[in-house]
Amino acid sequence: MNTQSNTLPESFGSQGSAPAALSATRPFYWSVRRELWEYRSIYLAPLAIAGVILLGFVFVLIPLPQTMRAVSSLDAAHQRAALAQPYDFAAGLIMGAAFLVSIFYSLDTLYGERRDRSIWFWKSLPVSDLTTVLAKASIPLLVLPMVAFVITVVIQSIMLLLSSVVLLASGLSVATLWTQLELYQTLLGLLYHLVTVHMLWYAPIYAWLLLVSAWARRTPFLWAVLPPLAIDIFEKVAFHSSHFVALLEYRFSGGSEAVASMQGDFPIHPGMHLTPLNFLSSPGLWIGLVVFAAFLTAAVRLRRYQGPI
Amino acid sequence: MTVIEARGLRKAFGTTIALDGVNLRVEEGRILGLIGPNGAGKTTALNAILGLTPYQGELRVLGRDPWNERDQLMRDVCFIADVAVLPRWVRVSQALDYVAGVHPRFDRAKAEGFLAKTDIRRASKVRELSKGMVTQLHLALVMAIDAKLLVLDEPTLGLDILYRKQFYDSLLSDYFDRSRTIVVTTHQVEDVQHVLTDLMFINRGRIVLDCSMEDFESRYLEVKVHPEHVAAARALRPIHERQVLGRSILLFDRVDRQQLAALGDVRTPSIADLFVAVMGNKPGNRAGEVQGAAQ
Repeated sequence: MNTQSNTLPESFGSQGSAPAALSATRPFYWSVRRELWEYRSIYLAPLAIAGVILLGFVFVLIPLPQTMRAVSSLDAAHQRAALAQPYDFAAGLIMGAAFLVSIFYSLDTLYGERRDRSIWFWKSLPVSDLTTVLAKASIPLLVLPMVAFVITVVIQSIMLLLSSVVLLASGLSVATLWTQLELYQTLLGLLYHLVTVHMLWYAPIYAWLLLVSAWARRTPFLWAVLPPLAIDIFEKVAFHSSHFVALLEYRFSGGSEAVASMQGDFPIHPGMHLTPLNFLSSPGLWIGLVVFAAFLTAAVRLRRYQGPI
Repeated sequence: MTVIEARGLRKAFGTTIALDGVNLRVEEGRILGLIGPNGAGKTTALNAILGLTPYQGELRVLGRDPWNERDQLMRDVCFIADVAVLPRWVRVSQALDYVAGVHPRFDRAKAEGFLAKTDIRRASKVRELSKGMVTQLHLALVMAIDAKLLVLDEPTLGLDILYRKQFYDSLLSDYFDRSRTIVVTTHQVEDVQHVLTDLMFINRGRIVLDCSMEDFESRYLEVKVHPEHVAAARALRPIHERQVLGRSILLFDRVDRQQLAALGDVRTPSIADLFVAVMGNKPGNRAGEVQGAAQ
């Protein structure tokens, strides 16, 4: 602040390079923070889910000593399946909650600031439309996956800790639980899944929602859903085919065959084979990212023209 | 230094022409009132100046092209678009944090100082504040920014007379100095009569009057004519005539004061009276939009 204001008198009309560097990151940082102020569900929704999971986990903890005795006769794979199920369930639910928040957030954010007229307040400050839209896009792309990851790490650690206490209290060994869970690998797998699928593969989905949000004058949800539906119906009637729906399914399914080779139905378990090179060389990823860039550019341009509605 | 310079500014929404070749020039250190009926093009003109809407024609604000350089321009320009634009979910402390975060010329201590004079609590959300307090908050944020140009579009709409008076008083005493420039639009013209240095009337997308307040006071005189002098007064070609309590009140442009004094009581007209005279002379205009015009 102070160093900045010292340079002011001579810098009018020709902002120096130092303020330019400052202006690139600070407005972005504060724009992200203001999204967290406005949309508290970004962290409250996954936290609430985590709370419910912990409550439910009590019913896993109570019979845990019996469960351990029962699974001790099983082979390793079945042991894992039995013990890890609540942990996978927790990770999946939190990830699902974060994804749901991503969808609703992306659909509302650029529409909401026009609806409550606050867009003119934001535009009265030296923050470009590009910075604003990038900050908003970073919520589903970076913030929510990271929130989901951190909450999952914390809740799984708590679950494991509580389980260990229960087992030790009833005089049982925690070795089977700790070795079979392989929490570290599972969490690494989760992180990989979040980065590849939720950040990169789903990027065009968020960008489409942001674009609709910047464009729609009312009911952004309908505008997000109806055009794809119209394309599908047109294709079915005109060509008796459904390539477009197949394309959407391919996108929503998370490009799973490219991300990892599957051994089970749950996308993140220690047995799976991560195939990052396969993922990076899949055309679906790069086509998606091009579409993402195009949609986001359009959203930036639209915001420039838009005022309150 | 010229702060705003527009030449042939045009803007149409479909077939509606909002700005029809506006030329204007605002120098540094002026307080310009842009007065016009609803739909005259005031807000469109301000939006063009602020880079919120694209336009045709030539426009430079502080040497910049507002439409293409809005974010850089906003380092030197502040505006209060309307009383309702502060987001309702934001806390007062968050609003201060955010503006301090993104605006290199925001003086937080100054804003806190302005807020200390009000009843606004730091932990309150905007939705919990009264309309007058929201305006006080917005003004505190804006006045703490060391800007060269401040644009106010109906800043006191819906506020009671006490808040309105306080608003302009603090603007003059705590903010305005000769190196700053203020452009304000309002329907409450009586509030700003003694605030402005320059006056501009806009109607149907055109500037119909452009004068400084010194010119205004020397050019325009209003005479409450003695009944026996009405014919003589009319011979001096008043630009407007109205009846109040059976007396004729005539408004003159560039007529000698001594000459008028012989006909009745002479005074400087209010902006509202001149507005009615200028707008009302053209058929089809809705001049009654300005508050106080009928008094």
